[in-house]
Amino acid sequence: MSAPQLLVHDHADNVGVVVVEGLEAGTEMLCVVTADNSDFRMVARQAVPIGHKIALADLKPGDTVIKYGQDIGRMVAPAARGEHVHVHNLKTKRW
Amino acid sequence: MSTGRKIWAYRRENGRVGVRNYVAILPVDDISNAACEAVAAHIQGTLALPHAYGRLQFGEDLDLHFRTMIGTGANPNVAACIVIGIEPGWTQRIVDGIAATGKPVAGFAIENNGDIATVAAASRKAKEFVHQASAQVRVECDLEELWIAAKCGESDTTTGLASCPTVGNMYDKLVPQGVYGCFGETSELTGAEHLAAARAATPEVREKFMKTWQAYQDEVIEAHKTSDLSDSQPTKGNIAGGLTTIEEKALGNLEKIGKKISFIDVLQPAEAPARGPGLYFMDTSSAAAECCTLQAAAGYVVHIFPTGQGNVIGNPIMPVIKVTGNPRTVRLMSEHIDVDISGVVRREITIDQAGDALIDCIVSTANGRLTAAEALGHREFVMTKLYRSA
Repeated sequence: MSAPQLLVHDHADNVGVVVVEGLEAGTEMLCVVTADNSDFRMVARQAVPIGHKIALADLKPGDTVIKYGQDIGRMVAPAARGEHVHVHNLKTKRW
Repeated sequence: MSTGRKIWAYRRENGRVGVRNYVAILPVDDISNAACEAVAAHIQGTLALPHAYGRLQFGEDLDLHFRTMIGTGANPNVAACIVIGIEPGWTQRIVDGIAATGKPVAGFAIENNGDIATVAAASRKAKEFVHQASAQVRVECDLEELWIAAKCGESDTTTGLASCPTVGNMYDKLVPQGVYGCFGETSELTGAEHLAAARAATPEVREKFMKTWQAYQDEVIEAHKTSDLSDSQPTKGNIAGGLTTIEEKALGNLEKIGKKISFIDVLQPAEAPARGPGLYFMDTSSAAAECCTLQAAAGYVVHIFPTGQGNVIGNPIMPVIKVTGNPRTVRLMSEHIDVDISGVVRREITIDQAGDALIDCIVSTANGRLTAAEALGHREFVMTKLYRSA
């Protein structure tokens, strides 16, 4: 298997994690779901640093973000499929 | 039950297995640090453990102080211990606690003697202990006799993808064979507390866990917060690494406890596990040095530290093995990494293979190989303090 650019924990997740350095906007990424090693392809719409998240679906404010198949917070600003999800558009529900 | 793997280690008087052979010079209190450091400077082969506390503490906080001091001296990685305090009362209490292990220990009080006479007397005893300790030889022991603690730090999203599941894989393999495990970080389970609670072995342990977690929320966070905790949890380093929320961080953190095993008790900070082999949860801070110091005081002799962005933590008496799955951290900070499992995110190796690589490193560390943190001189010894002194 060639090295993926994006890893997704679970099929229920709506974000994945960039695992390569220097990912550029427009890259067609190999995305692997670690739960069962299945894969799919998706285009990164922004340059996103290693370790940071990319939306797998269009997310709007109020949407719950799912990673590990679990709730990790809510969107406070939109992110389209392929865009960066981080502190600028995702917030904890805890504190 | 056994993996059949052997290690070369030190068998202590109480039967426990240690992987290092320190003669520790332990101050009871902050003002005895200077005398301890003078002894350590004078007598080769000794290790001073200076810290910031020990005066006018009371109640639960004082109990924790004694537990940490006694537990540190009693740790099987310590062959013998010199205790120095300003006055003889608390000094003797710590000496007596350590002496219960059967190891050589002696106490010295500074009042009515002064630093110079104290350092002279303690140095003479320390030299005797160094000769005894350095004459000991490693003997063959079972891998399963190790007590192995874990805590993650400078976490990022690769921690939850690679390094924490690798630790979990190691625990899944070794804990059923008789290893004692330990995870902590009460605050950093927030967002995954329901999943952690579900891993308690019995309803009693589950209730004890939820009570501990809730008490932290109510008594520490709610009582002291000035805004929300978004500036501290996740940390700036976590955020740089791509972690956005405490829930996301907690879910990655919890990967450390594997998929198959349950935890069999909830420990107070620095409390020694007492229910036999198994995985334990300890109520600790999520700050690396505090957590490691408490786990070492509970008797753990090896520590596994998964990191994403590259935490550099070490501990003076317990080797800390760093594991990372972040290829950039391997590229930029390789001198701090003991086990590079970045092949996981490239899908070159499986978590199962990464877990085996970690176990190999545990064996070689137990046999005497210095960890990156040991070679680099990291000796962070940080006492946990619960509240202001009297």
